[in-house]
Amino acid sequence: MRLLSFISLLLLFHPLAAEPLDMDEYLYGHVMDSYEWHITTVKGHPVSVPLPVIVYSRQSGWHCFSSKHLEEGEEFEGFFIAPKGAAHEGKVMEHTPKGDIRPLDISITKNVAGLMFNSFVLVLLVLLGVRWYRRHDAREEAPGGFTGLVEMLVMMVEDDIIKPCVGPDYKRYSPYLLTAFFFIFVNNLLGIVPFFPGGANITGNIAVTFALALFTFLAVNLFGNKHYYKDIFWPDVPLFLKAVPLMPLIEIIGLFTKPFSLMIRLFANILAGHMMILGVVAVIFLTAELGAAMNAGLTVIAVVFGVFMDLIECLVAFLQAYIFTMLSSVFIGLSRQHPEQEEQTKKP
Amino acid sequence: MSLITPDFGLLFWMTLIFAIVFFILAKFGFPLLTNMVAKRQERIDRSIADAREIEARMKTFAAEQEAALAEARRTQAELLREASETRSKIIAQAKADARAEADKILAEAKVQIAAEKESALRDVRKEVALVSVQVAEKVLRHELSDESSQRAYLDKLLDEAAQVPLKS
Repeated sequence: MRLLSFISLLLLFHPLAAEPLDMDEYLYGHVMDSYEWHITTVKGHPVSVPLPVIVYSRQSGWHCFSSKHLEEGEEFEGFFIAPKGAAHEGKVMEHTPKGDIRPLDISITKNVAGLMFNSFVLVLLVLLGVRWYRRHDAREEAPGGFTGLVEMLVMMVEDDIIKPCVGPDYKRYSPYLLTAFFFIFVNNLLGIVPFFPGGANITGNIAVTFALALFTFLAVNLFGNKHYYKDIFWPDVPLFLKAVPLMPLIEIIGLFTKPFSLMIRLFANILAGHMMILGVVAVIFLTAELGAAMNAGLTVIAVVFGVFMDLIECLVAFLQAYIFTMLSSVFIGLSRQHPEQEEQTKKP
Repeated sequence: MSLITPDFGLLFWMTLIFAIVFFILAKFGFPLLTNMVAKRQERIDRSIADAREIEARMKTFAAEQEAALAEARRTQAELLREASETRSKIIAQAKADARAEADKILAEAKVQIAAEKESALRDVRKEVALVSVQVAEKVLRHELSDESSQRAYLDKLLDEAAQVPLKS
């Protein structure tokens, strides 16, 4: 309590910046992709890491340059970032005689850079974890320390999710599902870290979750067996439901809604988590105008809620990775179903 | 930038990065770990099975041992019984033999004694007869040294003979 009153006293005499907070820019600036990695702002000057912009123009071919040339609406080699309110707002555009068009853009954006960093961390962690097995005979001893942790997590995912959900030939899918789990988990966790090089909203980006869902879609449908496809195109229902292709239609829609739900679930959960934390933190800045006492009180509340939200997000980071992997396993398991097995499982 | 339209550049990089990560982890990462754990699992399972088998075998051993012990005890008792039976039989036999021998010896001794007695008696009788004859001779010689006494004696003998009733 004494500490809190001390903080509020400090705040009382602190000259309050009366600059109103642009909520839209604040929120979207944090959760959206961008061409440079903004770290902080010192005395009005943004401190950011410039990232390479890689674009292909039909007129002038490939271009690769640093994003710092595009800062503050500047134009470089005919490229500029579309201003607020324009079409393709915030994206790199090209000036052409026919007007502004969107070039093919494979820039290393903030999310791509974050993705690279997180993937590097992930690969490093897993390879460090399994290095132990190259030097020891796992039949004679069990690992401890970091390898023990990695083994515990991997076996938890494999034994609790993959094995029961996929079924007998789970070994074939296990590497993909484990990779998906740890990829999502690590990206979720590093997304919560509020400072560089964490904090990029990667798994809360629809393109990332789209790609993940696409991989699951491919894993399900490329290796589906004949029973799976028979169930889609000629299911065991009365003939009039198949002749007018009502059931096949529903099944085919279901083919796409399953990965779609995976995509939206992960995206929305992580995005919402980031938004919630940002919103709670924004309370501190928004209430600056309301006077020191009010601001101090709400700051305390915001910090408490921020801690709470961060903890919730740690849980969500794990939970969403778990759910994505589990549902992927279930979908794969459904595509590998054998009717005889079903009969066997029904008997007891 | 729209929140819900996937951006091509990010999608491209994401696919590439995920594919690389997947390749690395699927080749050098997870299978190594899961295979090792599976091997360890298998070994643990086998060890448990072995232990169970050994336990069962030990139980069988114990039962067999028990049976062997009981058998040995039974045999021992049997042997002891047989031995004591044999012993008593031998003793009885020996007793019987001894008795028979003793009886035989006794019988022989009796016969011998009887024979000895007989011969001794005969000797004694002979001796007595001789002595009495000599005595009688001496007496007769002494008494019959004169004719009167010879006559008297003859008379007396005749009297005696007359007095003795005839037998058979």
